[in-house]
Amino acid sequence: MLKSSVDRVAEATPHAIARRMHGLSDRALAWLFVAPSIVLLLAVNIFPLIWTIRLSFTNFRVNRPNAEVEFVGLKNYLKILSDRDIWLTMQATAHFLIWTIVLQVLIGFTLAYLINKKFRGNDVWTTIIVLPMMLSPAVVGNFWTFLYQPQIGLFNYAVGFLTGADPSSFSMIGDVSLAPWAIIIVDTWMWTPFVMLICLAGLRSIPPSIYEAAECDRASNWRQFWTITIPLVLPFLMLAVLFRGIENFKMFDLVVQLTGGGPGSITELTSINLKREAFEKWRTGYASAYAVILFVTVFGLASIYVKALNKVKQR
Amino acid sequence: MSSYSVTEPSLRQKWFAGSLVVLYALITILPLAWIIATSFKSPSDAIAYPPKTFFTPTVEGYVNVFTTRTRLSEEQLQALGEPTTWYDTLVRKDGLVISGPSRFAERFTNSVIIGFGSTVLCIVLGTAAAYAFSRFRVPLKDDLLFFILSTRMMPPIAVAIPIFLMFRSLGLSDTHAGMILLYTAVNLSLSVWLLKGFIDEIPVEYEEAALIDGYTRFQAFYKVVLPQAATGIASTAIFCLIFAWNEYAFAVLLTSGNAQTAPPFIPTIIGVSGQDWPAVAAGATLFLVPVMVFTILLRKHLLRGLTFGAVRK
Repeated sequence: MLKSSVDRVAEATPHAIARRMHGLSDRALAWLFVAPSIVLLLAVNIFPLIWTIRLSFTNFRVNRPNAEVEFVGLKNYLKILSDRDIWLTMQATAHFLIWTIVLQVLIGFTLAYLINKKFRGNDVWTTIIVLPMMLSPAVVGNFWTFLYQPQIGLFNYAVGFLTGADPSSFSMIGDVSLAPWAIIIVDTWMWTPFVMLICLAGLRSIPPSIYEAAECDRASNWRQFWTITIPLVLPFLMLAVLFRGIENFKMFDLVVQLTGGGPGSITELTSINLKREAFEKWRTGYASAYAVILFVTVFGLASIYVKALNKVKQR
Repeated sequence: MSSYSVTEPSLRQKWFAGSLVVLYALITILPLAWIIATSFKSPSDAIAYPPKTFFTPTVEGYVNVFTTRTRLSEEQLQALGEPTTWYDTLVRKDGLVISGPSRFAERFTNSVIIGFGSTVLCIVLGTAAAYAFSRFRVPLKDDLLFFILSTRMMPPIAVAIPIFLMFRSLGLSDTHAGMILLYTAVNLSLSVWLLKGFIDEIPVEYEEAALIDGYTRFQAFYKVVLPQAATGIASTAIFCLIFAWNEYAFAVLLTSGNAQTAPPFIPTIIGVSGQDWPAVAAGATLFLVPVMVFTILLRKHLLRGLTFGAVRK
């Protein structure tokens, strides 16, 4: 029997349903692909978070599993917010956060601006500058304590060499007034390349035609810098600040290895303080409330910031 | 040659910019060079004043990082007779004998197992999820993607308490499986976001052609999309590996004996008499150099990897 051409075309084209018969439907496949990731994140992130919130209303202590767990309401929260020591760690964190961001933005942007002059071999030097950022903060932080040793440390020697001061006359991590700067210096050394890379991407995204047009209009270099370069790089710069802000608010590994929060508690950032409460004093309920407050702070600040960032982008 | 352009920096500008950047790069690389240099110094050279730039290299630090040693008296040493191996000879001149292997090799192996294990899992889960988010109409897609990203904002210490309790009741604390699972969850956000970006760039037309040729959706994913995304998958994998490799907070809180990785271990290396900096430096060098090599290989993808694909070059 002869087939009509319509029939032959129909046979050659796999029907939507026919195709689904010998394979999973798109919808089933979508769920199959997404579900494992979501389940894992729920189990390892969200479930613990809910557990933390629940614990934060109790006086539970991990090291006393048999003691009766009491519901204490908001007591933990009130205790934290009225604790002077915690406000001091918040201050230490703010000092660290503000100075690292200021220094990294200034140095990072300058470096990106210079690299964007496209001198010979700039890619090689960029890669070298980026190296510290990729390394383990704990391992590197630990080694910096060696560089910071009075007298034998390379850092003290270099400072002594440049300023004429005696390299054994000061101790970066032993001195109350210097320790906050010791952690800022190492963090800046490590993470300036990150800000630099983002600024570089921003600078490279500016089409040269804008500068050519400005040149035709006889705009000075200074004017071009402030009216073209800065506004167009700003969204990138703000993104870099967001990433650095979140990361440094959580800062733990580098500082714990460098100063351990000391001397005294002058460099005890919130994460280190929290670790002390949770895993040294074992005040689990109290530490959980502390963790919730920190998380809400990061999340709140980040959301406000992202809104501002979007406004800048839309301009 | 290119024509004259008003936006091309002058030669003098280039020289000026170049020399400043090179100066910064040399300063920034100095601490890293110092780690490597210290690892080849003898203990007395390492703590010399002024700091020594030129010294006779020795592998003592590397011997020390892999071994534990004990101090013996002169007579005891004599009674032992001649040293049998080169590393024995090396420590013998300080009046020490090697009493056994240190735990460094074990910690390093743990880092390798946990790093690679979590990376493989992260890539498998991440590629699947990224493909689904890129190609299918997933309900609440934007919310789910934001949820995945937001897991990255949590301070590790904040969720460490319940994870500690959870792992303890499941028998996962201080095990490779537990740490692999944990690091996979930590890096999953990175892997999904990055891979989604890479898969978004592959034209849908390739798969459509494959589907018309009678492939099932899964075959199209497997035989058409995966090979095209190979470079993206490889660079994502290295990022996951580096992050898992460098992780410290969870490792120090949740592992102690069995599954401890190298980052919490290296700072605890001490010698027979006080801090043994060449040994610490040797451990650090062995641990850091692989990452440096990967960084150089990855340089084209760095930005994308570090910003979760938010910035593309």
